[in-house]
Amino acid sequence: MHRESLKSLSEALAGGKISSVELTQLFLKRIAGFNARYNAFVTVDEERSLAQAREADNARAAGRAGPLTGIPIAQKDIFCAKGWLTTCGSKMLSNFVSPYDAHVVERLNEAGAVTLGKTNMDEFAMGSSNESSFYGPVRNPWNVDCVSGGSSGGSAVAVAARLAPAATATDTGGSIRQPAAMVGVSGLKPTYGVCSRYGMIAFASSLDQAGPMAKSAEDMALMMNSMAGFDARDSTSLERPLEDYSRDLAKPLAGLRIGLPKEFFAAGLPADIAQSVEAAIADYRKLGATTVEVALPNMKLSVPVYYVLAPAEASSNLARYDGVRYGYRTPEYRDLEEMYEKTRAEGFGAEVKRRILIGTYVLSHGYYDAYYIRAQKLRRLIAQDFVKAFEQCDVIMGPTSPSTAFRIGEKSSDPVQMYLSDIYTIGVNLAGLPGMSIPCGFDTQGLPVGLQVIGSYFDEARMLNVGHQYQLATDWHLRAPAGV
Amino acid sequence: MNGWEVVIGLETHVQLSTRSKIFSGASTAFGAAPNTQASAVDIALPGVLPVLNKSAVEKAIRFGLSVGARVNRRSIFARKNYFYPDLPKGYQISQYELPVVEGGSLTIVVGDAEKTVKLTRAHLEEDAGKSLHEDFHGETGIDLNRAGTPLLEIVTEPDMRSSAEAVAYAKALHGLVRWIDICDGNMQEGSFRCDANVSVRRPGEALGTRCEIKNLNSFRFLERAIEYEVRRQIEVIEDGGTVRQETRLYDPDRDETRPMRSKEDAHDYRYFPDPDLLPLEITEPQLAEVQAALPELPQVRRERYASEYSLTAYDASVLTSSREIADYFDAAAAGAPAATAKLVANWVAGPLSAKLNDANLDIGEAKVGAKQLRKLVERIADGTISNKIAREVFDAIWEGEASGDDAADAIIDKRGLRQISDSGELEKIADEVLAKNAQQVADYRGGKEKAFNALVGQVMKATKGKANPQQVTEILKRKLT
Repeated sequence: MHRESLKSLSEALAGGKISSVELTQLFLKRIAGFNARYNAFVTVDEERSLAQAREADNARAAGRAGPLTGIPIAQKDIFCAKGWLTTCGSKMLSNFVSPYDAHVVERLNEAGAVTLGKTNMDEFAMGSSNESSFYGPVRNPWNVDCVSGGSSGGSAVAVAARLAPAATATDTGGSIRQPAAMVGVSGLKPTYGVCSRYGMIAFASSLDQAGPMAKSAEDMALMMNSMAGFDARDSTSLERPLEDYSRDLAKPLAGLRIGLPKEFFAAGLPADIAQSVEAAIADYRKLGATTVEVALPNMKLSVPVYYVLAPAEASSNLARYDGVRYGYRTPEYRDLEEMYEKTRAEGFGAEVKRRILIGTYVLSHGYYDAYYIRAQKLRRLIAQDFVKAFEQCDVIMGPTSPSTAFRIGEKSSDPVQMYLSDIYTIGVNLAGLPGMSIPCGFDTQGLPVGLQVIGSYFDEARMLNVGHQYQLATDWHLRAPAGV
Repeated sequence: MNGWEVVIGLETHVQLSTRSKIFSGASTAFGAAPNTQASAVDIALPGVLPVLNKSAVEKAIRFGLSVGARVNRRSIFARKNYFYPDLPKGYQISQYELPVVEGGSLTIVVGDAEKTVKLTRAHLEEDAGKSLHEDFHGETGIDLNRAGTPLLEIVTEPDMRSSAEAVAYAKALHGLVRWIDICDGNMQEGSFRCDANVSVRRPGEALGTRCEIKNLNSFRFLERAIEYEVRRQIEVIEDGGTVRQETRLYDPDRDETRPMRSKEDAHDYRYFPDPDLLPLEITEPQLAEVQAALPELPQVRRERYASEYSLTAYDASVLTSSREIADYFDAAAAGAPAATAKLVANWVAGPLSAKLNDANLDIGEAKVGAKQLRKLVERIADGTISNKIAREVFDAIWEGEASGDDAADAIIDKRGLRQISDSGELEKIADEVLAKNAQQVADYRGGKEKAFNALVGQVMKATKGKANPQQVTEILKRKLT
């Protein structure tokens, strides 16, 4: 049962083959058995989950059931969930029980989904390997000595190890797509503004976006139907009618124009990744798609631009963790200054501190124009590159990550190396576009490779169609790690 | 202060009278128990986001239009980053490079002269919370009820040249924001507070170094703080020192200003556009709608009073110090000839204001209504009663002796206060007075003008003030020549 898709679980619940309580117990049991090995969950609260499952069963009995009613899902610990410990992977919030639900959580609850637990993540979503979590690294189920990718590593592994049929995640510079690629699951970062950021703990407000992780594009469409939607409490949320993201899944791909940016296939891309991605593109051609080479000339600037803008916003967003109102406070201090200093020195990990310092620096008087303003201008150029490319194609494809999962500890002493893990994903966030990663093969070590699909604004339904048609024709997404 | 020129600019924080906060739905009502009006957004829980209150924007536009300023079609909310325990987010959302209102001016009246104070800008921002230092045994309590309260910060050019001008500006601004109903003007509750930037220079020289005096919440403190600061700066310079740029606080108990911080913190606020808020866009129809709903402004009314009723600038400014007073005056003076209107103005600014002050009442609570006052003034104008008797009638109406628009007539009749204009009767009384006061008659005839006034007084006394003084004078003059 734990290998089933969301869709078939939903059918099983609808047909009375299993109750939500039974299904929830099944996954809770798997978590209890495997979490020590993978460290994918930070918080599990069986009673809370089962209470929700009972409610879902009652709703179903009363004839009030939707496609997600009774389905257990994992929530990234960046989402505030009422009554749940919500840590954001940080010591700073290690005692924070949220008094309210994030919009995304609220929407999923309304749809009847059951929260299985809160998943591990890089501290405040800052990281590409899940090694910056206060709760320790998440391990890759394909090889437990390897990282899961980050920052949504916990959600990715929950799905990959079949500890949850689907999970919520967030993506600021690749945090959904990169771990999805590294553990062999599907992940979608929607257009900026499609999912409300209300209740999603902010890292870099202008880049953060929530999205689903699941075993397939078809399941992600189901998740999106309950995650997306306008929210008046988020001023950057887009006021559009609710969409049915499943509506285009069955469309044939004949005539689809795929753009291949030459910058995505340049030297430095390992041969085994290149081969998997090219094979996937060949499969698309077989499905009737055509390809065209496009250019993203400012792509190379996306990493430096990102590492000016994201830390700038983060340095400000994280100022609220000062020990005054909630969260961690240092036990001993003489005065206010010392309370602030020690609280933040003890409460934040190294990567978070590094980014706060970078952000503070680039916003400070005398440097603001040289860094922040300049980065904003370049951000616009990067976005324009994509707009131009989409004049020639419907979707853009390329690798999700320049490497497959690396060994734990391998890059943790070299932040710049780590930052380059997101080289193919960051531009999408800077432009506010939707991006997706789906499994498309394995490297010579047997580690998963992801195919990145980038769509035009609000083109999620087509992207999911593109993913689903590929997944009908291939079985990469069905492969699970040994023992799972 | 001889040989010195004083230069003053003011920054005023006007609390906008919206029902909810500028970025959250929490109430802005004053006086609630600590932290009961602080929502998740106001206490900056992880993940919460600001949503701009439309009513605050509408009030900012209203202000911009009333001072002839440019209302920017696009303005930006920025984050001003600094750490303070009563600043929950670690930044204050304010407007920095592109404020909602730029330019404009306010006309003030100092004595009987008008002066225009230019405005630099007005921008929207949120207030911080409050630190409570008492009752916490050496620790500090935080009340976040005020956090997120909408403020309009109104900044002037350094256009004022004396504390009197600064106070006149503050009063005019205070009157205006209440007039256009964007602020309740309650200074005790902190709804209207000024920071004064003060410097001195020799006339013709470049601007001197300024000091900023923070949080002046009464006109008297504003005046005294500036005066103290001017004296202090002149003394420093005349003693051969230099004024240091700093932020100072006014201590009303000791009537002095003193530096706010011991060491000079060089604050770098790291302003940048708030990525949680879209740029504020104001459309033409929105502007037109606010413009259409704007009441006749005090300046326009002052000009109307001057041209319609020939009131002095001073009288007009007193009558337009609040919309309620001006409306009362308009109701009382409507359609009256200039002379009557002038009398109404005197009564509103004089006896009525005095009564209201004594009773601590607003003009809306006046116990002599506008129409009642109008009738009373008409009875003075048509000679039915004297000014002096009118005071008696006014007091009687105030005490509730008669009601309705014709209360004045009712009291005049009931108390028999009508002026004696019957010349036969007056002649008789005059003869009696002259007969009883032979000495004064002789004095007057001997050239002592003062004696005549005494005789008039005697006649007035004999008629209990009801005689028409002009008629009495004529009769006495005739009889004494």
